[in-house]
Amino acid sequence: MNDNTLLKLEDLVLYFKTSRGEVQAVDHVNLELHKNKAVVILGESGCGKSSMAKAILRLLPRNVGQYHGKVLLEDFDVMSLSDEEFRRQVRWVKMSMVPQAAMNALNPVLRAGEQVAEPAMIHLGMDKEEALDLARQMFENVGVPVDFLTRYPFELSGGMRQRVAIAMALITKPQLIVLDEPTSALDLLTQANIMNVLKTIKWETGTSYILITHDIATSSELADEVAVMYAGQIVEINDAESFFQEPLHPYSQRLMASVPRLYGDEEPDFIPGRPPSLLNPPTGCRFADRCHLRFDKCDEEPPTFIVDGHPVKCWLYEKNHQAVESAATGTGDAS
Amino acid sequence: MTTDVQANPAANPAVDESTPLIEVKDLHVWFELKKWGFSHVGWVRAVDNVNFQLKHGEAIAIVGESGCGKSSLMKTLLLLNRPHKGQVIYEGKDISNLKGKDLKWYRSQVGYVQQDPYGALPPFMPVHRILSEPLVINGVKNKKEREERIRQAMEEVALTPVDDFLNKYPHMLSGGQQQRVVIARAMILEPKLLVADEPVSMLDASVRVEILRLLRKLQEQHNLSVMYITHDLSTVRFFSERIFVMYAGKLVEQTHIEKLLNNPLHPYTVALLTGTSVPDASNAKHLKHVPPGEPPSLVNPPTGCRFHPRCEHFISGKCDVQEPPHLEPLPGHIVNCWLYEDGRTSYPKVASE
Ligand SMILES: Nc1ncnc2c1ncn2[C@@H]1O[C@H](COP(=O)(O)OP(=O)(O)OP(=O)(O)O)[C@@H](O)[C@H]1O
Ligand SMILES: Nc1ncnc2c1ncn2[C@@H]1O[C@H](COP(=O)(O)OP(=O)(O)OP(=O)(O)O)[C@@H](O)[C@H]1O
Ligand code: SF4
Ligand SMILES: [Mg+2]
Ligand SMILES: [Mg+2]
Repeated sequence: MNDNTLLKLEDLVLYFKTSRGEVQAVDHVNLELHKNKAVVILGESGCGKSSMAKAILRLLPRNVGQYHGKVLLEDFDVMSLSDEEFRRQVRWVKMSMVPQAAMNALNPVLRAGEQVAEPAMIHLGMDKEEALDLARQMFENVGVPVDFLTRYPFELSGGMRQRVAIAMALITKPQLIVLDEPTSALDLLTQANIMNVLKTIKWETGTSYILITHDIATSSELADEVAVMYAGQIVEINDAESFFQEPLHPYSQRLMASVPRLYGDEEPDFIPGRPPSLLNPPTGCRFADRCHLRFDKCDEEPPTFIVDGHPVKCWLYEKNHQAVESAATGTGDAS
Repeated sequence: MTTDVQANPAANPAVDESTPLIEVKDLHVWFELKKWGFSHVGWVRAVDNVNFQLKHGEAIAIVGESGCGKSSLMKTLLLLNRPHKGQVIYEGKDISNLKGKDLKWYRSQVGYVQQDPYGALPPFMPVHRILSEPLVINGVKNKKEREERIRQAMEEVALTPVDDFLNKYPHMLSGGQQQRVVIARAMILEPKLLVADEPVSMLDASVRVEILRLLRKLQEQHNLSVMYITHDLSTVRFFSERIFVMYAGKLVEQTHIEKLLNNPLHPYTVALLTGTSVPDASNAKHLKHVPPGEPPSLVNPPTGCRFHPRCEHFISGKCDVQEPPHLEPLPGHIVNCWLYEDGRTSYPKVASE
């Protein structure tokens, strides 16, 4: 970990208990995020993106089966905090979240301005007037007209409500904001405008983002780094430059090839088959039965190889590449 | 193919393939706004003065943002809405006021893949029942024939092996499989027109491609006419020849896809193209040059050109006053914008960038 590291996840696990067994939604995830950078988490529906966000912010449902690993925020493992300490010291204060479908989750009976002001009152101890002043400033930052401060959510368009949800996450000035599908239900131009807002905020305030999305093209609007998730695991982490030109993991390659382009002759192609169940995932490479490059070795679970500095969980890179040591095999942390 | 669903009471025996399948003339779809349920307070002008023809076997894409009237236009083609004014003509015959048996017959001629696959399927019905219902309603009495057609439709949309799916309920299917059921249901009466309203917007990228390919295959094999509605320009090249861009209840540009991509004329079209991302790391380094604001209310739309409050080329005293006419600056390329009044044939560059 160097000085620039803001967040580091080590073997983060979040499994859910169900009547049919444990859902391995987040399965030994390792990830590092630097200050003032944005990492994009890409992957198909159900691969565990939102669960990973919930695991980072400890926003857990009742049916948690397993929840462990490290969440290091500037070198301090916030997993060691009690729930109460986490709520007071970390959530909103150091990292906040714009949850999936946030625009439909605003409190219907609270005016937009009060809604945005609330975290500042609760977590920064501001009085109402102060907090509303700050909310006004946030409205300006996210491009909501300030006379909307006194409107109720139902009086706002979807795009405006989404901006309000972003303003709410911003107001406590956290170092990290987790954005779960912040634009996916929105129109193209609204989407582009909100991406502009997020970029501007990043450039001006030095904040960092984890951007969760299944929209590959839009993700490139913000990404410094890309982490690809498949069936609960991260299969590739790469810098945006390399990733969008030449992704390494076969799944990433197929994912990129499925994106329709405005120009050019390339026809998008689909990935045959479907991701495996997370109740009982295959023991080998989880992508194996959909993979165009599969070979004998793939019946065994691949370790993560470091390819020019980029972690890739695929046997194709075994030759000439070092595998990372991981506690994933169950030996745990010896220290 | 199997026997006709029903005698065709409304059909005009004189039609041939040169008659457009659908012709829409001066179409207005307005919804009345009422206060307390009765007193009239205004109209939602969801579709305003739309004209076009759709040929046999042709596919047209309609692109535009949420609330611009795409679904209202389509529902009117399906006679789920009635025109407020204007006509919908099917194979040469005005069908705007069809009723009873004729209406039922007409609906069997158009398949509908509606927005939101999750809401489209009745949750308490297994696939078999979902697919047999339209056949029963349209008088296919022979059980064996129904079974055959269900199997055939399921094979066509690759819900195979058929026996694995027949008794499944929608919630047991993935989003892509649900959409296949919706498509099978839309195709089972062998329609001439398929209306696909955002058929892939709720699906993952890879599944999207799968479904779009399926629709293209069906179009080619059955010489289907298709109206494909989307807000995603990067998918229109998949299977449509022509594209209409819709803004605030109006068609603002109509032309062939390649012409539109290579020489977009309407400022709104240009904005949509600029707003569409292609995966490229350099995107993160600069802001997108897109118009601010949001589409207007359709109850009190802006005067003149409805895009004028967001347009960077807005001509004061003109665009905000007079509605732009249909102009055809290049053959087969129609645009409703004052910029092209003087014969210009391409979009003016913006000096500020
Ligand atoms: N509380 C829960 N109990 C049981 N299973 C759950 C729970 N929450 C999520 N899951 C399952 O965990 C897996 C991962 O879900 P998650 O919501 O994290 O996916 P996602 O990548 O965010 O998908 P999407 O793109 O659809 O939002 C899915 O199989 C989901 O059904
Ligand atoms: N039955 C109705 N009564 C009143 N207003 C309606 C009705 N149906 C649609 N509208 C309004 O007409 C306008 C156009 O709606 P429409 O559903 O056609 O848009 P759309 O382009 O399909 O949008 P989306 O992309 O969100 O599906 C909207 O303002 C909508 O609220
Ligand atoms: S490990 Fe094998 S199956 Fe898995 S992605 Fe790599 S090549 Fe494909
Ligand atoms: Mg999610
Ligand atoms: Mg619609």
